[in-house]
Amino acid sequence: MYQFFYDLTGNVIISTIAVAVVPLVNILIVALIGVYLERKVSAWMQDRVGPNRTGPLGLFQTVADFVKMLQKEDATSTEIDRKLYNIAPVLVFAGTFASFAAIPFSKHLIGSEIEVGLFYILAVSSFVVAGILMAGWASNNKYSLLGSMRAAAQIISYEIPTAIVVLSMVMLTGTLSLTQISEIQTAHFWNWYIFGGPGLALSKFLLIPFMIVGFIIIFISTLAEVNRTPFDIPEAESELVAGYFTEYCGTKWAMFMLAEYGNMFAVSAIVSILFFGGYQSPFGYLGNTLGVSWLIPLEQVGWFIAKGWFFIFIQMWLRWTLPRLRVDQLMSLCWKYLIPYAIVNLVIIGIISLL
Amino acid sequence: MNYYDILFYLFAIITLASAWFVVTTRNVIYSAFFLLFTFFGVAGIYVLLAADFIAVVQIMVYVGGILILLLFGVMLTNKITNVDIKSGTANLLSASLLTGVLMGALVSVMIFTDWKVEPAEIQTTTIKTLGTMLLTDYVLFFELLGILLLIALIGAASIARREKE
Repeated sequence: MYQFFYDLTGNVIISTIAVAVVPLVNILIVALIGVYLERKVSAWMQDRVGPNRTGPLGLFQTVADFVKMLQKEDATSTEIDRKLYNIAPVLVFAGTFASFAAIPFSKHLIGSEIEVGLFYILAVSSFVVAGILMAGWASNNKYSLLGSMRAAAQIISYEIPTAIVVLSMVMLTGTLSLTQISEIQTAHFWNWYIFGGPGLALSKFLLIPFMIVGFIIIFISTLAEVNRTPFDIPEAESELVAGYFTEYCGTKWAMFMLAEYGNMFAVSAIVSILFFGGYQSPFGYLGNTLGVSWLIPLEQVGWFIAKGWFFIFIQMWLRWTLPRLRVDQLMSLCWKYLIPYAIVNLVIIGIISLL
Repeated sequence: MNYYDILFYLFAIITLASAWFVVTTRNVIYSAFFLLFTFFGVAGIYVLLAADFIAVVQIMVYVGGILILLLFGVMLTNKITNVDIKSGTANLLSASLLTGVLMGALVSVMIFTDWKVEPAEIQTTTIKTLGTMLLTDYVLFFELLGILLLIALIGAASIARREKE
C-alpha cells in the first residue's frame, strides 16, 4: 500500500502518513459499529429492543456517544500518578494500532507487508499488557491495581496456547507472512485450513480433526486475551467496578474502549486468516467469472470484513450467554487443558505434515 | 540527511534518553517503564538494520516477557514507594576503575574494529536464512541453549513449588 501511495504522491512523508491513517480509520469504524452491535446483540439476547432513538434503528447512538465522550471534562483523582496515568491509554491504543498495521484486508490493502507479520502481531500485543499494568498502577486504586494484575496475568498466560497453535500453522504453511498464508488458501472454501488446507492428498483428510481442535484452542485463548466474558475477570463489574480503567473518563476512557474493540477485530482477523482463508472468497470470485478485474479487491475486502464481524458476533454471543469464570478456573483452563492439548496438537500436525 | 537517518537518530535518542532515566530516576516503577522505551528504541534500530526477525524477538522477549515479569515483581513487592532506594555514591574508586576499564574496552572496540562501510545488499527477509543457519551450522549451540532454558525452567518450578511437610 505504501508503494501505491508513493506512486500517487511521490512524497515519502505524505505516503507514510496515508498508510498510517488507514488502520486508524479501521479501528474507529470497528469501534463505532462494534459498540452499536454489542448493544443490539445484548438487547436481542435479553429480549429487549436496544438503542432505537438516535437515527434509524438507533444507528447513530454510538456516534452521539462518541461526541459526548470527546467533550467530557477530564475529571481525575488527586492521588494519581499523573504522568503514567496520561501515558497508559496511549500505550494501550498504540499496541492495538500497531497490530492493525500487519493485517491484510485484501491482497494489497495492508499497512505493511512484512514477512514476520504473524509473529509481529503476537509481539506488539505485549505493549497492551504494559499499558494495562501502567494504568492500574497510576490510578492508585485497589480495584484498578487488582484488575490490571489480573488482566496482565491472563493475557500472558493465554498467549502461550495462542502461540503454540500459531506455531503449528506456521509449520504447515512454511511462512509467517499473513498475506502468503491467505494466498495459500485461495479459490474455494475446501482449501481453507479448517478443511485441511489446499491439495487433495491423504494428509488433508487426516488434518481436519486436528485443525478443528487447533481452531477451538486459539479461539478460546484469543477470547481470553481480549478480556471478554467468560474471561472478563479483569473488569468484572460486580467485584472490581471497572477494573483497570475505573479511574478513567472522557477521551482517555474512549481510548481504552477503542483498543478493546480494535483488539476484538484483530484477533478475529487472525483466526479467520489462519483457518478460514482470510480475505479469500469461499466460492471463487465474481470478478473472475465476469472478467472484471477491479471487482476482485472489493470482494476480498468484503469477505475479510464479513469474516471478521462473524467472529466478533460469536464473541458477543458467548459474552451474553456464558457466566464469568473464577480466577483459579481461568488459570487451570489455560495451564492444565489448553496448553497440553495445544502441544499434542502441534506434534500431531507436525507428523502429518511430514507424510 | 535522508529519512532513514532522521529515524535512526530518533530511535537512538529514545534509547539513550530512556536508558539514562532508567538509571537516574529514584522511583522503581518509573525505571521499569522507562525500560519499555529503551527496548522499543533498540527494536526500532534493529528494524532500520533490516533485521526484522530480531526486532520482533526483541519486543516479544524483552517487552512481553522480561519487562512484564519485572513489573509484576515490583508491584507485588510491599511498600515499594515508601522505601528510600539507596542510589548515593559508594566505593567510588573501585566503581570508577571498573566502569572506566569497561568503557575503554568498548570505545577501543568501536575505534579499532574494521567496520564494513559500503552498503550491504538489503535482504527483504531474514527468517529463512536465520532458520537454516540455526538448524545446520549452529545446531549444537541452538540445542544447548534449549537445554539451558529447560534447566532454568525446571529449576524455577522446583523452587517455586512448596513441598508438603
